[in-house]
Amino acid sequence: MSVSLLQEMTEKAMARNIPISVQVDLTYRCNERCVHCYLDHDDHGEMTTAEIKHLLKEMAEAGVFILTLSGGEIFLRKDFFELLEYARRDLQFCVKLKTNALLIREREAARIRDLGVESIQISIYSHRPEVHDAITLVPGSLKRSIDAARFLKSQGLRVIFANVLMTQNMADYPGVRALAAELGIESTLDPTITPMMDGDRGVLSLGVGRDELRQVFRDTSLVGDAEEFCAISTNDSNEDALENLPCSAGHTSCYVSPYGDVFPCVQFPLPTGNVRRQRFIDIWRHSDEMNDVRSIRVKDLSTCTSCTHVSSCSRCPGLAFMEGNMRGPSSQDCERSFARTGVPSANMLAKAKAKPARAAANLVQIRALPTMAGATA
Amino acid sequence: MSRLYMARNPRVAARSLDGEMMIMSGRDSTLFTLNKTATILWQSADGTTPLDEIVKIRICPEFEVEPAEALQDAETLARELASHEILQISEEPIPQPVAGAPR
Repeated sequence: MSVSLLQEMTEKAMARNIPISVQVDLTYRCNERCVHCYLDHDDHGEMTTAEIKHLLKEMAEAGVFILTLSGGEIFLRKDFFELLEYARRDLQFCVKLKTNALLIREREAARIRDLGVESIQISIYSHRPEVHDAITLVPGSLKRSIDAARFLKSQGLRVIFANVLMTQNMADYPGVRALAAELGIESTLDPTITPMMDGDRGVLSLGVGRDELRQVFRDTSLVGDAEEFCAISTNDSNEDALENLPCSAGHTSCYVSPYGDVFPCVQFPLPTGNVRRQRFIDIWRHSDEMNDVRSIRVKDLSTCTSCTHVSSCSRCPGLAFMEGNMRGPSSQDCERSFARTGVPSANMLAKAKAKPARAAANLVQIRALPTMAGATA
Repeated sequence: MSRLYMARNPRVAARSLDGEMMIMSGRDSTLFTLNKTATILWQSADGTTPLDEIVKIRICPEFEVEPAEALQDAETLARELASHEILQISEEPIPQPVAGAPR
């Protein structure tokens, strides 16, 4: 995709309040059980074929150009190709797919090619079956996903391996990249672990630690010039950054769940409306929540404005929201900035400062115990 | 003189952004934006209306140009769009799939 022209069109879309890119999850059902997945895989009343087609039509009318179909596993929907055909042939979306590809064989690959899909992103966690399959909890899943990638490539399609970096597969990302290169496939690497939809943050323990992240950020095969990549941002760039938008969520992009709920982003679980009750464009334009997200500038962020990393931080407002404040810091991104530069974020410094105070408070209580009546310390 | 017919390539993605047409090539994901004339050609490319008629009905009134000159420019543009696989062109009408029919 031509990046500069897309950027120009995205800027135009933002100026006109047009959601140029939307991810729709067709289902949360899945045929894998990835250990880090944030979804509940039950069907709580997915949108019907007619409801999704209606939504897609509304989205096209609203100006949505890039449509990402994801899940759950999209191929578990029996109407998947009907929906894809409608999105491509009737509505001419630029369609990207996210899948584990377990259900893609030669026939499906040919059909995807015929329908002119822009790209297919496949989750690959390792080049070794014993590691990948231990993450998906489906024996044989790596082989099936790789076979599907080959079928898709043989159709001339653009395939991308998406690898989530975790403690379990930390050592294997070079192997995934090598496998991708061998197959002529692009690859991405993301250390973000998203908390469960019910708010359970236990899954975050699967994320890699600081030392591992530091190692990744100094891998020149990933970041190019490591010195430049890990450099601390200057005061000038920090000042310029204050007027910036935190990210595209709610500005030119949003997310729709299988139940019709609209959120600023797949990783930003702030409900803004439901397309079963409201028109998509009305939610996009008039939802109080969407407009609240839209109003935020970097200068409005608590803690982050005074942070050394304000201009270079990958701060995700959705992760911050899940921590309790969408205008606050996202600890995962603080960790990343620290691992990258060796300089703690303002949030980390504030927490460190707060800790001794809490410890002192505890000590006071402990000290008080012997004076309690009947206490036998 | 032979007539030129145009049809939209079904493999491209397209959307009008506030009147400006965005097209993404199905061949290599290259993104294009179409100018006003190219947008008219794209919107009129139904496979059955010949280019000279499109020029006469849509382009001449819009731009106040001579039909012969406009046709020459439009044909050059149509061939350029075809070279990027945005349009299909032919000297025969190009049959289009019927909506809802099996493809």
